Amino acid sequence: MSEISWGLWKLLLDGVWITVQLTVFSAALAAAVAFVIGLARTHRLWVVRFLSGAYFEIFRGTSALILMFWIFFVLPIGFGWQLVPMWAAVLALGLSYGAYGSEVVRGAVQAVAPAQREAGIALSFTPAQQLRKIILPQAWPEMVPPFNNLLIELLKGSALVSIMGVGDIAFGASLVRNATGQSAPVYTVILVMYFVLAFVLTRGMRLVERHAKASVGRAPQKREGLRTRMNGGRGDELASSGATTAGGAR
Amino acid sequence: MSADSNLSKESAAVTAANPAVDGSELIRFDKVTKRFGSNTVLDSLDFTVSSGKHVTLIGPSGSGKTTILRLLMTLTRPDEGTIKVDGDYLTHEERGGGLVPAGEKHVREVRKKIGMVFQQFNLFPNMKVMRNITEAPVHVLGLSADEAEARARELLELVGLTEHADKYPTQLSGGQQQRVAIARALAMRPQVLLLDEVTSALDPELVAGVLDVLRDIAHTTDITMLCVTHEMNFARDISDDVLMFDAGRVIESGSPEKIFSEPDHERTRQFLSAVL
Repeated sequence: MSEISWGLWKLLLDGVWITVQLTVFSAALAAAVAFVIGLARTHRLWVVRFLSGAYFEIFRGTSALILMFWIFFVLPIGFGWQLVPMWAAVLALGLSYGAYGSEVVRGAVQAVAPAQREAGIALSFTPAQQLRKIILPQAWPEMVPPFNNLLIELLKGSALVSIMGVGDIAFGASLVRNATGQSAPVYTVILVMYFVLAFVLTRGMRLVERHAKASVGRAPQKREGLRTRMNGGRGDELASSGATTAGGAR
Repeated sequence: MSADSNLSKESAAVTAANPAVDGSELIRFDKVTKRFGSNTVLDSLDFTVSSGKHVTLIGPSGSGKTTILRLLMTLTRPDEGTIKVDGDYLTHEERGGGLVPAGEKHVREVRKKIGMVFQQFNLFPNMKVMRNITEAPVHVLGLSADEAEARARELLELVGLTEHADKYPTQLSGGQQQRVAIARALAMRPQVLLLDEVTSALDPELVAGVLDVLRDIAHTTDITMLCVTHEMNFARDISDDVLMFDAGRVIESGSPEKIFSEPDHERTRQFLSAVL
């Protein structure tokens, strides 16, 4: 057992930066996948629903770690693509967490009251306009809290990449531990590091959530009661949930 | 077998008063049948509405009144029969001498002539009042933002909500929301306004405000109205014709005076004594 030198601590800090990059890039890819697949799963053509549903089932049902290995080791053999470990990891994490995210998108879109779409039809909006102007803006505030969960999961799941030698926090930790034999301080420190990162992400998503709710006319609330939350799931209630003031709809 | 409410006979007065309304046939249902599962909601229904007329549909719930409005708004499609609006087929297209189910684009074009106000208002909660009204005129009709806004301000004045333009729908009462919904529908300058039990979801003290706005519109514009309501006094006030529905058919039609005072049909009498 030897002292952990500054240089070794620095290794962990470099790992933080890699973890942040991994999380940001994977989250961006996952978000794109989530919206494309999630919306495709509500499409009126069954072929589109079937294909996107198949994507969802396959990527939800396979391990992100094995997928990462597959992308890193099998793709080069089969297709001649050799991705650097970092991008193989981003691809694997983005595709898997995108599958989870698609469920969030699908659920939130389907939770918007059918009457909202009907109002869109009555004003002769095209289906694409209905989606962009009416459905998605209302579904978005419902997506943010579950997206926050997934984002934290993704942050923690990014530790998988250390197995492929990507220099993230977990990888740095194993290096330091190997060099010094000190498990306790190292792993305690990285626990705290992950927690701090997760905390920052959650705070950020809270702001996003507040902004999203304000954008559908729901005043920011310090604490959200069960009742408003249940109302929020249904658009027709949504229209009147604020109108518990004079003359609500019922 | 079906009631053809032959409205064009009586349109002379309106035509004389308002040259924009020529009393021509604006809506025609031709043997329209609509089923939900084994339940036949509309049974080979024929009826016509002339332009500029205010027609009220009454009848027990489940008699198919709302389905008529939903068919016109293309929120649901007929199983059989055709619907024409201003001479154009609504859910069909003429192609190669025959009728084929219409494509989305055709439906959207014909549908622009129709506006609808819903029982539950269905304002867009993600848009402020002003944008609720201007969004479709700008992005569907292609009006400039300024034009659309000017039109919206006029309409907000008409419904008495000028000072609420910058609020979200959730900040308004039900009655106010419904008045915005009326303005939103009118902003598209439809030829026909469909009113689907527009006061049923309102607290009693808010009903009058909404009905006053609609009376105002009925008496000062030449818009054709097709109205499903349980407000019989309102129906009497604004209607040129009242159609009594039962079990998917029009069993009786006529002027409000006739229907409300001396209906021919026993079923109509029963229904009216239950609701009046």
